[in-house]
Amino acid sequence: MSQTSIIQDFINRKSFIELDGRARAQSLFDEGTWKELTGPFDRIESPWLPMQGITPQSDDGCIVIKGKIGGSPAVAIAFEGAFQGGSVGEVSGAKMTAALDLATKDSEAGKPTAAILLLETGGVRLQEANLGLAAVAEVISSILALRQHAPVITIVAGTVGCFGGMSLAAGVSSYTIMTREARLGLNGPEVIEQESGIDEFDASDRALIWAIHGGAQRVGMGLADALVEDDANKIAAAVRGYVLAGLPAMHRSQQVDLYRDRIAALDTSKQIDPATLRQQWGTGGGR
Amino acid sequence: MSMHVGLRGRAWFKALAGTDTAEAGDPNSVLATNAPLGKQTALFLCVVPNPKSRFPCVRDGQVGLEEAYALATHIRKAIAEDSDKPKHEKRPIIAVVDVKSQAYGRREETAGIFFAAAAAADAYASARMAGHPVISLVAGQAFSGGFLTHGYQANRILAFDDAGIVIHAMHKEAAAIITRRSVAELEKLGHEIAPMSYDVRDYAKLGLLFKLLHAEDPQNPTAAEITEVKQALAEAIDDARAGKTDLSSHLESDAAKKTRKAGIAARNALEAQWQTA
Repeated sequence: MSQTSIIQDFINRKSFIELDGRARAQSLFDEGTWKELTGPFDRIESPWLPMQGITPQSDDGCIVIKGKIGGSPAVAIAFEGAFQGGSVGEVSGAKMTAALDLATKDSEAGKPTAAILLLETGGVRLQEANLGLAAVAEVISSILALRQHAPVITIVAGTVGCFGGMSLAAGVSSYTIMTREARLGLNGPEVIEQESGIDEFDASDRALIWAIHGGAQRVGMGLADALVEDDANKIAAAVRGYVLAGLPAMHRSQQVDLYRDRIAALDTSKQIDPATLRQQWGTGGGR
Repeated sequence: MSMHVGLRGRAWFKALAGTDTAEAGDPNSVLATNAPLGKQTALFLCVVPNPKSRFPCVRDGQVGLEEAYALATHIRKAIAEDSDKPKHEKRPIIAVVDVKSQAYGRREETAGIFFAAAAAADAYASARMAGHPVISLVAGQAFSGGFLTHGYQANRILAFDDAGIVIHAMHKEAAAIITRRSVAELEKLGHEIAPMSYDVRDYAKLGLLFKLLHAEDPQNPTAAEITEVKQALAEAIDDARAGKTDLSSHLESDAAKKTRKAGIAARNALEAQWQTA
C-alpha cells in the first residue's frame, strides 16, 4: 500500500468510536431493517437518580435496536458511555435482560436471533447499587440462555472501555470484538490503585494500562476474538461475519481446565509481564 | 469491617458439610465437598481467606483467579456426573457466601480475572439451567464481583438477618469516593433508597431473597440453628426444583413488584414493542 492510499483510507474512514451508542448500534444493521425499541420518546427513566439530585436520561443510557444483520434477525443493545459512565442501573439492566430474553424466545421458536452488545461501561451504577448488581447477574444469565441458540457478540470499541460486572458479560459472550483503543478488565486502574495502592497499579501509567487491558493484548492473549480498526464499516463487517458463522464449537468460558492449568503455570512471585503472557497464551489456545 | 471476612463462611461450611479443609489440588481458599443434606447429597462450595495465597491480592478473602477456576471445576464435574440423571435427581449445589470482593490486583487483571469470574458464573448458571438447584447462603459479606463469581447465579438466595451481613456492589468507603459523598451521607441515603442500603433488611425489600434466617451468633452456629438452616436449604431446594431454571423468580415476589416497578415496566414495554418491530 502506498503512502497516498493510506492517507486516503484514513480520510475516508468513518470512525466508530466517534459515534454515540445509538449511532454505533444503528451502523451494524442492514439498511432500512432496524427499529429502536423503548427509545427516548418512551421516557422510561431511572426512578432512583432524581431522588439523588441527578438528571435521568429518557433511555437510561441503554439503546435497544432490532433488525437484520446480513439478512438474519438480530438485536443490538448499547450502553452509552457518555451517560453516567455507561453504568448499569435498574432500567438499563432490565432493557438489556429483556432484549436478550426476547431474542432467546424467538430463537427457541425457530427464528435464531443474534445479540450484539456494545459495552462502554464502568459497571454497576453505584446510585442504584444493589439493583445494578442484580441486573448484571440477570444479564449474564440471559446471555448464557441465548448463547445456546444464537451467537452473542460483544463489541468494546472505546473509549470508556468495559469494566466491572459487565466485563463478565463480555467474558461469557460467543465472540468479542475490540479496537486498539478499547480496554477490557474487571477492575479499572483507578479502583486498583485506590484499593491496593499505587505500587500495585499506577493508574496514571497509560502504557501499562493498555499493555494489560488494551484490545491488542486481549485479542493477542486469546480472551477476545477480533482486533478491528476504528472503522464503522470494518466493525459492521466483523459483526456480520460472526452472525453468519453462528455458534462457536465450544464457548471460551466453558474451557475451565485449559485456563485453570494456565493460571497454575504462572509465576506469581513478581508481576506478570503482559507481552510474555501473550506469547504463552496466544498460540494454540482458546477454541 | 473486614476483620471477620470468611470466618462465618468457614463456620457454616463446616457446620453443613462436616469439613473445612480444602481438597487436594485446590487452593486453600476454596472449600468444596459433597455431603448429605437431608436425604440428598449436595455439593457445598465456599471461598475463605488464605493468608498464604501465592496471589497477594486475595489473601483477605477476595475471590481471585484460582478461586474462580476451582469453583468452576467442581461445578462442571457435578454437572458431568449427573448429566444422565433426571432433573429431580440432579444434586443441589450450595454456595456458602462470605466474600470481601473480587481481587483488586495487577496480576489478576493481567491474567484476565474478568474471564475467570465469567467462567465461574457460567458454571453456576449452566448447573442451574441443567436442573441443579443452586442455592446461595449468604453467611457474611457478599460484595460485587466476588458475589457475581460465587453465588449470584443461584435460583434461590438465603441470608442471615444480622448486621454482619452485607450484600452490596461496593464497600462504603470506595462507594463514597466514587459517588463524591461522605460515608455518613451514603449511610443516610441508604435508609431512603433501598438499593443503596448496606442493611440486609433493606436488601430483602428488593425481592431477591428466598428467606431471611436468624442465628444468635452466626460465627458460632448452635446445633438447633444448624438444623433450622438445613431445613431452610431443603425448602429452597424443593422450591427451586418446582420452579423455572432461569432467574425469573427475581421479579416475581411482592417485594420485587414494588421496588423494581421501573425495571418491570421497561421489560413489559420492550416486550410489547418487540412483537411489532
